[in-house]
Amino acid sequence: MLQLLATANAALLATEEGGHAAEALSDGGLLASMAWLIPVVPMVAAFAIVFYGKRMPYKGWDIAIAVMGFEALYGTALLLAHIANPIAHDFQIEIARIGSMPIEWGWAVDGLSIMMYFLVGVVGFFVFLYAKGYMEGDIRYTWFFASFTLFAGGMLVLVSAPNMIQLIVGWELVGVSSWLLIGHYWEDHANSSAAIKAMITNKVADVGLFVGAIIVSMSVGSFRFSDILHAVETGAAEAPTLARYAFWAGLALFIGAMGKSAQFPLHVWLPDAMAGPTPVSSLMHAATMVTAGVFLVGRMFPFYLTEGFATEVRSVIIIVGALTLFLTGLIALVQDDIKKVLAYSTLSQLGYMTAAMGAGAYTAGLFHLFTHAFFKALLFLGAGSAIHAVHSNNMSDMGGLKKDMPYTYWTFVIGSLALAGIVPFAGFFSKDEILASIRYASGEFSVADGGGSLASIVLVLAISGAFITAFYMARTVFLTFHGEYKGDGHPHESPRIMWVPLVGLAVPSAVIGLINIPGATEVFTKLVGGREIPVLDHHAESFDVAMLLAGLAAALLGIFIGWRIWGPDKETQPARDTFRIPLLYPLLENKYYIDDFYMDGVIRPIRGPVARAINWTNGYVLDFIINGAGLLAMSVGKVVYWFDQRGVDGAINASGAVTGAGGGMLRLLQTGKVQQYAILIFAATVIMVGGLVIWF
Amino acid sequence: MSDWITHPENWAFALIALPMLLAAFRAVTSRNVVHSVLYLVVALAATAALFLLLGAEFVAWSVVLVYIGAVVVLFLFGIMITRAPLGMETELSHSNQTKIGAALVSGALFALVTVATVRGFGEEEIVANPTRTGEIGQSMFERFVIPFEVVSVVLLAALIGGIVLARRDPVEGDEALQ
Amino acid sequence: MILGQFIILGAALFSLGVYGVLTRRNAVLVLLSVELMLAAVNINFVAFDTYARDAVAGGQIFSLFVIAVGAAEVGIGLAIILLIFRNRQSANVDELDLMKL
Repeated sequence: MLQLLATANAALLATEEGGHAAEALSDGGLLASMAWLIPVVPMVAAFAIVFYGKRMPYKGWDIAIAVMGFEALYGTALLLAHIANPIAHDFQIEIARIGSMPIEWGWAVDGLSIMMYFLVGVVGFFVFLYAKGYMEGDIRYTWFFASFTLFAGGMLVLVSAPNMIQLIVGWELVGVSSWLLIGHYWEDHANSSAAIKAMITNKVADVGLFVGAIIVSMSVGSFRFSDILHAVETGAAEAPTLARYAFWAGLALFIGAMGKSAQFPLHVWLPDAMAGPTPVSSLMHAATMVTAGVFLVGRMFPFYLTEGFATEVRSVIIIVGALTLFLTGLIALVQDDIKKVLAYSTLSQLGYMTAAMGAGAYTAGLFHLFTHAFFKALLFLGAGSAIHAVHSNNMSDMGGLKKDMPYTYWTFVIGSLALAGIVPFAGFFSKDEILASIRYASGEFSVADGGGSLASIVLVLAISGAFITAFYMARTVFLTFHGEYKGDGHPHESPRIMWVPLVGLAVPSAVIGLINIPGATEVFTKLVGGREIPVLDHHAESFDVAMLLAGLAAALLGIFIGWRIWGPDKETQPARDTFRIPLLYPLLENKYYIDDFYMDGVIRPIRGPVARAINWTNGYVLDFIINGAGLLAMSVGKVVYWFDQRGVDGAINASGAVTGAGGGMLRLLQTGKVQQYAILIFAATVIMVGGLVIWF
Repeated sequence: MSDWITHPENWAFALIALPMLLAAFRAVTSRNVVHSVLYLVVALAATAALFLLLGAEFVAWSVVLVYIGAVVVLFLFGIMITRAPLGMETELSHSNQTKIGAALVSGALFALVTVATVRGFGEEEIVANPTRTGEIGQSMFERFVIPFEVVSVVLLAALIGGIVLARRDPVEGDEALQ
Repeated sequence: MILGQFIILGAALFSLGVYGVLTRRNAVLVLLSVELMLAAVNINFVAFDTYARDAVAGGQIFSLFVIAVGAAEVGIGLAIILLIFRNRQSANVDELDLMKL
């Protein structure tokens, strides 16, 4: 049936030879033309929950879960239809016009957006399921589900965007609803500050997005991605305006992406965003929000890849990605809060995705985004389950949860293995593909000047990152689930509504990597490659054995060392739960002093000196002028006084008397009575307009 | 002018317009509050008849429904709630002095508007052509859909504002009102 | 029919409304006079619409908007009058001279 729907109306849109095997692309028939429901349904539902949620049997959760179930089903249906017969089509409805440029609302149905629909739908469904158990008894239960649905809906508006304007709308919707969710427990000042911090950091980056979107759209003359990418496809000679500003536009767009995808040094908001309830962290770190930046780079990918356009920006992207993946991974090692560990791990994995994008590996970057969404959502939900049992976020209050929480333990282990990149779990395949792509970039594929050696450094960082990832995940698992229980009370397994989603996410975390084995199954490559403008990226045709072994060895080494430190020796485990390497530890503990830098280096200097400068100006410059003017006036006054006393005085007194008398008469008009004022207003209008009428 | 009188629709116009002006005049001068409102009904009904004459059926019936049906009732409510004196009352209007000023101003306004517009459009011929309600709907929901939405928001705001303004502040400790 | 007769009628109705607004003491009656002014505006809208044979019937549409806004205005206006009456036991406009401080 799906195939039937997909093939109905099949029109050949593009058959060009590309990096991907040339496929006949269809417009998707009814299934695609009804895909507007995907963003619209959750937006409507969010409002429905606000107004009717409290009256529903499950206080609004039922609407939310029905919506996410619909999203998951529709996403899956589109995915299956797309695999059977690639769909790539844009639908646009004009809603307004700026000059000659139409502003449109629409929905893109192509490989990239279908992948995101599926991801948001499926991961979102499990997270919403879990949230019912986790949020039980919350003071703003209904409101939580309203804003959570809005959050998912905003993300779907973003990924369904076929033009820049809608992308920005979705981008801001995600921003504002994340602000609502992070600040869900706003009574605590720290939480509302975290929400504001996320908002402001994102806003700083959004300036980049706006600037980039305006440059690109104005130089092409259209907001549509299809027009922009067509212009890119025809080459720099055909689109000279775009080519001339390509570097700056590409850089500005990437700065926008850095904000949402939390790339170094704009990553500071993400760890603080842990202030929200755990299901929020889970969805925000997996399928929505942080993927937006990578999605944007993916959407504009030909722009970054085609010679003559923003290719130089790729060296910036790869450096930023490598720095993020390495530096934030190190911070994860010294965190005690289990959610913070996972937050820094998310940053590190986002660094991988970005680095892959910078290396020109569209498929590898998006594949990691795809697998990461499953296992990171799983890990967050597992951490939430442990927190729920222990009533503390700190791993120093946990330990030994293995025997009490079997479901949580085993699913968490699967997630950790997937994150660490152990064969055959999902993370192994995607991480290996990124390593292979970076190696490929270091060899044949020059990233600007000296790109080869740059990519070599990145490769070293990426492999070290794999080691660090495995290391901190081993630490987390051992400290949380092994050893002796260190907290208060007696922990118990979470209710079924919470562990069922864990199992539901553990299955794809374990096996979903198999859909893209280089040389064997290439489902995912074809999936994200199914776009109207072919994406000529590099993607692995076969395993890169050296990288595979290096990545796997790094991960196994990380787990092994982690086990040696925290695993067997239960007695001394608490003493070693963080290690204090001189110099490095304070640096990591203070997160490289970036927050301090923003506070002391950016905000205070602006606040301090500017305030002081104004004060100084007040104190010296203005006072000087005023004093000078005063002195001048005094001396002039002395001269004038003489003249004044003689002649002018009389005139002044007379004018004063006239003004006084006039005021006395006019005062009679100030009765405070509205209607007398109205009479005057009407009379004045009649006189003025009458003058005009007589004049003409 | 003689040509004007021969047209039957102009007779209809005169039959509508003269009572309308009379009613409007009585509405703003009547010494009885309720009479004032009832004169307003007559004036508005005459407006509706005028719209029918011009072929604007939908607008005509909207006036009947909204104004005569709802707004007038609101006025009567307002009069009752504010306990305005229901019988004859000399104090409904201001003193003669104010009346003279107001009459001068409104007379000047009338002269001004008449001169200004008649000079521009006075002799133009109009032919009544009935507008189908379907056309109004089509135009309302295509060309004017955004103003339409804005008006709906205005109505919502008025609804909420009316409730907020007119409700009594809950008395401390009174559970039923909170 | 000529346009002039409608214009003059509208102007007369409008002026009567203004007269009412200026002379009435009772706030409800002031509001009532405002309704007369709105009706005058509507007459002009519809007359000009018929004269111009507007394809989208803009004049009629706008007279509908005027009706809607007028209804909103009466609702809010009466609510305000009610509030004033509650606070001051009077709905007479000339007793509301708080604009003079």
